[in-house]
Amino acid sequence: MDTVLLSRWQFALTTLFHITFPTLTMGLAVYLILVELLWLVRKEELYFRLYRFWVKIFAIHFAVGVVSGIVLEFEFGTNFSRFSQAVANVFAPLMAYEGMTAFFLEAGFLGIMLFGWNRVPRGVHFAATCLVGLGATFSAFWIMSANSWMQTPAGHTLDGGVIRVADFQEAIFNPSFLSRLFHMLAASYQTAAFAVAGISAFFLLREEHVPFFRRSLALALGMALVLSPLQVFLGDHNGLVVARHQPAKLAALEAHWETNTSGGAGFVVFGIPDETEERNHWELLVPNMLSLLITRSWEGQVTGLKEFPREDRPPVTPVFFSFRLMVGIGFLLLAVALGAGVLWWRGRLYQSRAMLKMLVAAQPLGFLATYLGWITSEVGRQPWIVYGVMRTSEGVSPITAGTVLWSLCVLVGVCGVIGASYFWYVIRTLRAGPDMRSPIPPLQRPAGMRPLAGAESQERTGQALV
Amino acid sequence: MDLVVLWAGLVALVMILYVVLDGITLGVGLLFATAQDEPEKDVLMGSIAPVWDANQTWLVFGGGAIFASFPVVYGVLSSALYIPLVAFLAGLIFRGVAFEFRASGKKKAPWDKAFFLGSLLAVFSQGLTLGGILSGISVKDLHFSGGPFDWLNPFSLMVGVALIPGYVLLASCYLLIKTSGAVQQRAFTQARKAAWGVIFFMGVVTVWTPIHYPLVMTNWFSVPRIYYVWAFPVFGLACFLALLGSLKAGKEKAPLAWAVGIFLSGYLGLATSFYPFAIPPTVTLWEAASQRETLSFLLWGAVIVLPVVVAYLVYSYAVFRGKVGREFYAH
Repeated sequence: MDTVLLSRWQFALTTLFHITFPTLTMGLAVYLILVELLWLVRKEELYFRLYRFWVKIFAIHFAVGVVSGIVLEFEFGTNFSRFSQAVANVFAPLMAYEGMTAFFLEAGFLGIMLFGWNRVPRGVHFAATCLVGLGATFSAFWIMSANSWMQTPAGHTLDGGVIRVADFQEAIFNPSFLSRLFHMLAASYQTAAFAVAGISAFFLLREEHVPFFRRSLALALGMALVLSPLQVFLGDHNGLVVARHQPAKLAALEAHWETNTSGGAGFVVFGIPDETEERNHWELLVPNMLSLLITRSWEGQVTGLKEFPREDRPPVTPVFFSFRLMVGIGFLLLAVALGAGVLWWRGRLYQSRAMLKMLVAAQPLGFLATYLGWITSEVGRQPWIVYGVMRTSEGVSPITAGTVLWSLCVLVGVCGVIGASYFWYVIRTLRAGPDMRSPIPPLQRPAGMRPLAGAESQERTGQALV
Repeated sequence: MDLVVLWAGLVALVMILYVVLDGITLGVGLLFATAQDEPEKDVLMGSIAPVWDANQTWLVFGGGAIFASFPVVYGVLSSALYIPLVAFLAGLIFRGVAFEFRASGKKKAPWDKAFFLGSLLAVFSQGLTLGGILSGISVKDLHFSGGPFDWLNPFSLMVGVALIPGYVLLASCYLLIKTSGAVQQRAFTQARKAAWGVIFFMGVVTVWTPIHYPLVMTNWFSVPRIYYVWAFPVFGLACFLALLGSLKAGKEKAPLAWAVGIFLSGYLGLATSFYPFAIPPTVTLWEAASQRETLSFLLWGAVIVLPVVVAYLVYSYAVFRGKVGREFYAH
């Protein structure tokens, strides 16, 4: 194992670990904003209880996201210092702006969001929630811009080994940026919506806190119904951008070897790519489909992998499968959202145990699709660290492989311990269920508040008597 | 004014803000070991729970700002100080998650330990990185050219230990403001002891640094530095005496100001002895800086965004001013 491979593994594993948390918090922030807005407007106690329950899950994810994110920021320097020093003129200000505009905003108002109930009035608390959500979105803006610049660099000039900036606007709004930003934001909102929906469905199956989790599920399903079709559209658009700007990457994730000269290119539904023989085994092909998807015409030409020298091709097998799985999950989530939506419309969702079970099963799929998407995107960029400009092997730090092996072991150990504990505490917090009893802080109690009705309030008086 | 010098000043300002603010947070982590019972631990954690993330964010921004304004410093130091940096990050991870995990579970003991040990590891490795920089970094063609253990020597180990009383001092002075009763009484004693520890180690650093690293000696005793370099230890000593006085008088707020003064004296003393080098002894600020357009693009952010950031951070601190109560613990 050499420094390059070990550094790539370390960065990949720490990134995948990290992305779990912001993916949920960005989306859950939107959900919380929605819930708190309803609480402000409708003054139903149920919304206050909903907020207090989900914000606990938010806080745990936020904490792990923050500390794992710091590691990533320093890994650019510790493991890819040659890359960092070469691209800093263009790339690094985006990181600095992320700190200035996003992290401070989140950190500054998170305290109020979590602990401010007795200190600030309702409106200020709501503003704090919105600002934390805004900070998370700014963070996505800068990070997706920086990462997209590595995929489709623009606005720079080459000056020896150093990249100099020519135009910041072009660099920030590089060709793939907006498409990838919206794809990631939608992924995050969708993941959070299905996470909340799945957990709510779990409680409904056990018939615990029924009115609470019905409302919780309904709101999440609303989000999922908007986002799931949108994500299919955004994902398709993203594919077109990859085809236009990163043709070798597109050919690899479609396992498309030969440029079609006569007739349309077929879409490989399944196959085992063979990189030495440059073909697929056990190929299942839909004729003309790839041409149709990429060029929007029946026989449009799609460049094959053989057009690129072997040393400029990404590894085909991992991206071919990760891409197919991600797309499959995307359509599966769309089907689940539509199915649940129809039942909801007919008023039969909460009685359908089969649908509720399906929502529980779909709960982790958003996270899985996000991991697969990042694997597709980053492995598909190889062998470049900056597409077409700098190779990954030229970007690593001048350090020994042994040092990286050591840190890889340390970080895998740390992420293992933190990941296991995180899982344990999330399950614990969920199992404890919502707190329907503790008094609402006076500052938060609006005039004309509508207290809990029915089963929940009976439960409450019952508890109070005990 | 030269953009490079301006950015060197800004980065220095951000770094000292980080050192003081997260120094308080990390120091509370160190003092966590002295809490007598569960309610006291809750008070210690509650004193920083709403602000620790904001305090730590100065590191994240500082890292990004150095990356963007002095990429050579960012790249070379990260490679050179790889091992202590990874240890530092591991410590920060355990320290950071302890806030949430401790609040979420019934069994608090493992996260009590993680909070203390994570803080200790972060503080000690921070000292190692500082000691490593003060030991000289091998650079060739603006890239690191040394080995993985270049930072390891008795001097850097001493700096690692020296930071412990330093952060305990900041934290105990902060706790004077945020707590009352037994915790506050203990903080008075802890602050006094830590102050003596700090002044001892500052003496050691002042004598040992020029011996360990001759460049500092040459710099200190050359014109024009020789005219003012003595002012830093004098200022530090004055702050130390004022600190002892205010502790004796039972003041709650003044000690923190004097403790920050001591930190400033040491920080400025070290910083001036290195100017104009970004990575002593070879790379100057101008060689390490990014291109002019990048620096001015960043400056827009610093001029427009940072004042807003400071304003709402002050607001956030103001929301949580006063003695800490139970409310900061469960959310």
